[in-house]
Amino acid sequence: MTTFNSVVHLIYLASASSFVLGLHLMNSPATARRGNQLSAAGMTVAIGTTVVVLLHENMITTTGWIVLVAGGLIGAGAGLYAARSVAMTAMPQLVSVFNAVGGGAAALLAVSDLAGGHADRLVGVTGSLDILIGAVTFTGSVVAAGKLQGVITGAPVVFPGARLLNVVLGLGLAAGVVWLIIDPSSTVALVLLGIASLAFGVTMVLPIGGADMPVVISLLNAFTGTAVAMAGFVLGNVVMIIAGALVGASGGILTKLMADAMNRSIPAIIVGGFGTGDSVGGEVAGGGGSIRSVSADDVAIQLAYASKVIIVPGYGLAAAQAQHELAGLADLLEHRGVEVSYAIHPVAGRMPGHMNVLLAEANVPYPQLREMEEINPEFSRADVALVIGANDVTNPAARRPGTAITGMPILDVDHARSIIVIKRSMGHGYAGIDNELYTDPKTGMFFADAKAGLNTLTNAVKTLVG
Amino acid sequence: MSEALLFDLTVFVLSLLVGFEVISKVPATLHTPLMSGANSIHGIVVVGAMLIAATAHNAFGYVLSFVAMAFAAMNVVGGYVVTDRMLQMFRARPVAQRSGDDR
Repeated sequence: MTTFNSVVHLIYLASASSFVLGLHLMNSPATARRGNQLSAAGMTVAIGTTVVVLLHENMITTTGWIVLVAGGLIGAGAGLYAARSVAMTAMPQLVSVFNAVGGGAAALLAVSDLAGGHADRLVGVTGSLDILIGAVTFTGSVVAAGKLQGVITGAPVVFPGARLLNVVLGLGLAAGVVWLIIDPSSTVALVLLGIASLAFGVTMVLPIGGADMPVVISLLNAFTGTAVAMAGFVLGNVVMIIAGALVGASGGILTKLMADAMNRSIPAIIVGGFGTGDSVGGEVAGGGGSIRSVSADDVAIQLAYASKVIIVPGYGLAAAQAQHELAGLADLLEHRGVEVSYAIHPVAGRMPGHMNVLLAEANVPYPQLREMEEINPEFSRADVALVIGANDVTNPAARRPGTAITGMPILDVDHARSIIVIKRSMGHGYAGIDNELYTDPKTGMFFADAKAGLNTLTNAVKTLVG
Repeated sequence: MSEALLFDLTVFVLSLLVGFEVISKVPATLHTPLMSGANSIHGIVVVGAMLIAATAHNAFGYVLSFVAMAFAAMNVVGGYVVTDRMLQMFRARPVAQRSGDDR
């Protein structure tokens, strides 16, 4: 190994270390920002080093440089614009888009290497895996982003013959991979694998419903990491292998956490179709009980004279973009001496930690955001639990056997002395079953859009108790 | 198996384990920034995009390099910027006046 190569390798090692340390600093909100900056610095160094390598080897053509600079500028511009302009409520879509481009780029690296025609059999293995995972991630993430953005229906899409199509695509994938391992220079195999993978990404994500998105996004994130690691194998680049493996591990952990928080297995989520009626067999005991509708003034008085209020936000809060209104109301209550905290279910929203980001945007200090295990014992001491846009994660039916959500960890909202639910109508949650919380005698239903409702409540608190 | 492949495989497996170890302690509050931060880290694919541009010598190769570079650059730049934007909002205490330019 020449001195130059050794130095390059050591610099890449330093970059990889900064990624590990950067992720480590994400263990606490106080250091997380520094962690991300450290990771970005490592990335900058890795890119700079690669430029030096290209200059040093002097292999790249002038056209190659033009292509690199043009592609880099366009991509960086698009990324910068998207990152600066995205609303916090649209974060899940953006993460999905970044997964898509990352996975797509990783797949293209293997395509380029294999199409070069001088790849050996080992590159056939890692290269075909790279194309498979990268291409599935690309189309899968595009479909996921489309669902999150509402361009594609968030409901599970199932069509006749879907299963057969998946079997055919699965066979195509297997055939493409095996063929490429036997003959890494086969263009036909490359095209077959590419097309089958792209199609499979679409058919994989289409049948998955909106509320399962936290799992899907985490899974696609893990896929992208793995694809990048495979691309590292193909190109013999250690820093890509390390970075890809780190992301694969983080995505894997999040996927598992999210699936556990819904008490569902990852395969069951991928098969999809939840909430379409074919898998929901749970009858709800005590259903048909009467509900109690309350007025804004009632709610305002209850809130203003409470000593402890726990707020339970859900996807409805994000959909209505009402995080600032909620923070405003909470602020007002706190100024009156009410103790306010937020109970965050792990799968509230459309991506892991979605509610935390929205509330952080609305200036809610993070110590007020409490995780499920931590806050559940406190509900019995709360005067009011205020549920906004959360449904299935508050349904006590999860504690009984025989319902669609049985076994799912829930927030013990029903233990609070009284419960207020802000909701537009009596519509069902994602699981498609009645929420027994709504018929609880302690529960008052305040029928309103989250944003308008919270504004009304804030004004009511101000006028009533000044 | 070649020596290089065994070396790469070792690095891959150990990195996975390091990843599990480091990330399993991240609190739920930070799950979105963690994911977004991990997202920017897989932007390392930009290095690969640069390396394949060096071997491109025909139109097909240039097109692949161009698309890969554009995708990867979007990933890496957008990922880090949006993660930073998110993380700066996480505060232990409320600030008196929300800054107008909080993006």
